[in-house]
Amino acid sequence: MGKRVAVTGVGMTRQRSARPDVTGQELINEAVRMALADAGMTRKDIDAVVIGNMDHFEGVNYVDTWSVDGSGALMKPIMKLTTGGTTGSTIAMAAYYHVASGLFDRVLAIGWEKNSESDTTGAIITAFDPFWDRPIFAGAVAGLALEATAYMHATGATEEDAAYVAVRERKHALNNPYAHLHLNMTIEDVMNSPYLSWPVKMGDMCPRTDGACALVFASEDVADDFPIKPAWVLGVADRHLWAYTSDPYLDFKTGEAWFPAMQKSARDVYDRVGITDPLEQFDVAELYLPYSFAGLRYMESLGFCGKGEAPALTRAGTFDMGGKCPVNPSGGVMSSNAIGATAIIRVAEAAWQIQGRAEDRQVPDVKLALATGFGGCFWSDILVLGKEKPEKARG
Amino acid sequence: MEDWRKDQEVLVMEGRIKVPYRWFAGEVGTRYLESLRDKGVFLGTRCPGCEKVYHIPRRHCPECFEECSQWVELGSSGTLESYTIVRRQHPQLSPLPVPYGYGIIRLEGADTGFLHLLGEFDDKELKVGDSVEAVFSDKREGNILDVKFFRPVKGVE
Repeated sequence: MGKRVAVTGVGMTRQRSARPDVTGQELINEAVRMALADAGMTRKDIDAVVIGNMDHFEGVNYVDTWSVDGSGALMKPIMKLTTGGTTGSTIAMAAYYHVASGLFDRVLAIGWEKNSESDTTGAIITAFDPFWDRPIFAGAVAGLALEATAYMHATGATEEDAAYVAVRERKHALNNPYAHLHLNMTIEDVMNSPYLSWPVKMGDMCPRTDGACALVFASEDVADDFPIKPAWVLGVADRHLWAYTSDPYLDFKTGEAWFPAMQKSARDVYDRVGITDPLEQFDVAELYLPYSFAGLRYMESLGFCGKGEAPALTRAGTFDMGGKCPVNPSGGVMSSNAIGATAIIRVAEAAWQIQGRAEDRQVPDVKLALATGFGGCFWSDILVLGKEKPEKARG
Repeated sequence: MEDWRKDQEVLVMEGRIKVPYRWFAGEVGTRYLESLRDKGVFLGTRCPGCEKVYHIPRRHCPECFEECSQWVELGSSGTLESYTIVRRQHPQLSPLPVPYGYGIIRLEGADTGFLHLLGEFDDKELKVGDSVEAVFSDKREGNILDVKFFRPVKGVE
């Protein structure tokens, strides 16, 4: 088995609708400098770099080379990863794999995006099949709307149930100075917002954001040498089932309208880490919920409750600050979505929660945290972080 | 830097990347699209392992990893598995003027759904599970828009 791995440095830019004052690689540099300072490191201490974004959002395809001025990767091992919305969590997982392999002790993981520089919907469509999807598909909002319709049909959940998720996420963001949107919304505000693609309304959706986030992953051999307490990565997993837009909504075999890729990746990592009751065991969750209905369907797919049970738990405040398991104290993706940074920010927030450094959004005494990434192609990444050093590496 | 910026807006470089592509449909895609164009018949492929019928046809079953060598004729109507009604126009990308519908349709005889447009429906009446039928385009050119859209089958509940 490999080395045990911890997050030992976090850097994050304030998430904003546009950052015209910096280029992409200058934005990257802000997060990298913060992460290195946090870890008490200089550029010389970096053993390798994993970086990622969605190339077509900025129209620059050689990001690994183009960004070296900002990333600190000059003349170092570097690889770029692009997996859609999951890009940030895939980067975190790849940095984890680098360190767990024993080949590298200190790996810098960087996720970033400048959504302000392109037509996000136009760029997203280039991720889809040119024969069967692209002539019909109308971008991320309408793609998610298909999921929302299938979920409502399967469970009887309502648009108002989803609005409770949107309101919770925006309320939580009020405690987070890094968040892009600071909106004190009501259920009525969400319900009265215009339909983008029925049943999804403006108030249900994430924004487009500029931002960057960098993490230092360190091996067990050096993790105690950093100025901050390590947040240990207990396990990671990912699953993927998409070829065409029609694939992920219904399980081929069971015909059920849940999220088999998320269910299977969660079960995989839970089994290895020893999670049998997520709602009881996790102290906090930072989840990639790109729109409100995800906050219902994904809680069920992640095993926090049974199928169709998320609306009642959500309305009861189970996932609010002060609830049994707060979800997205940061305000989540519905408050900030710099796509290539979004999923690594989930990991960063989970690390801050475990380290007791989440300031006004801190959940008391966090020992175990869940972080997820979600891609528009229904790619599903799961990471479990813990306060205690695990007895052994569990993959 | 801050003082300098007071009198100077940040400059913007406008760009537009327009790259021509030629995507080959391959043998399986070509046979499917030819049948749609010339006969108005939907074809699927069956996996010899799990016997699942794929529509859109796939050359390989992603689960069994067998070659789906058997072709199956499918009906031109099917079941609406999910749908949405798009309300925002994208200047270049929307296939129809808003509002328009699209959904996942599982054709009769197929085990998987596919994505297509919806037309001639009442959005207050439309629901998951409805029977829908293909309406073909007047001019068929060998692409998926040879089917104009799917519409609810009248008189079917």
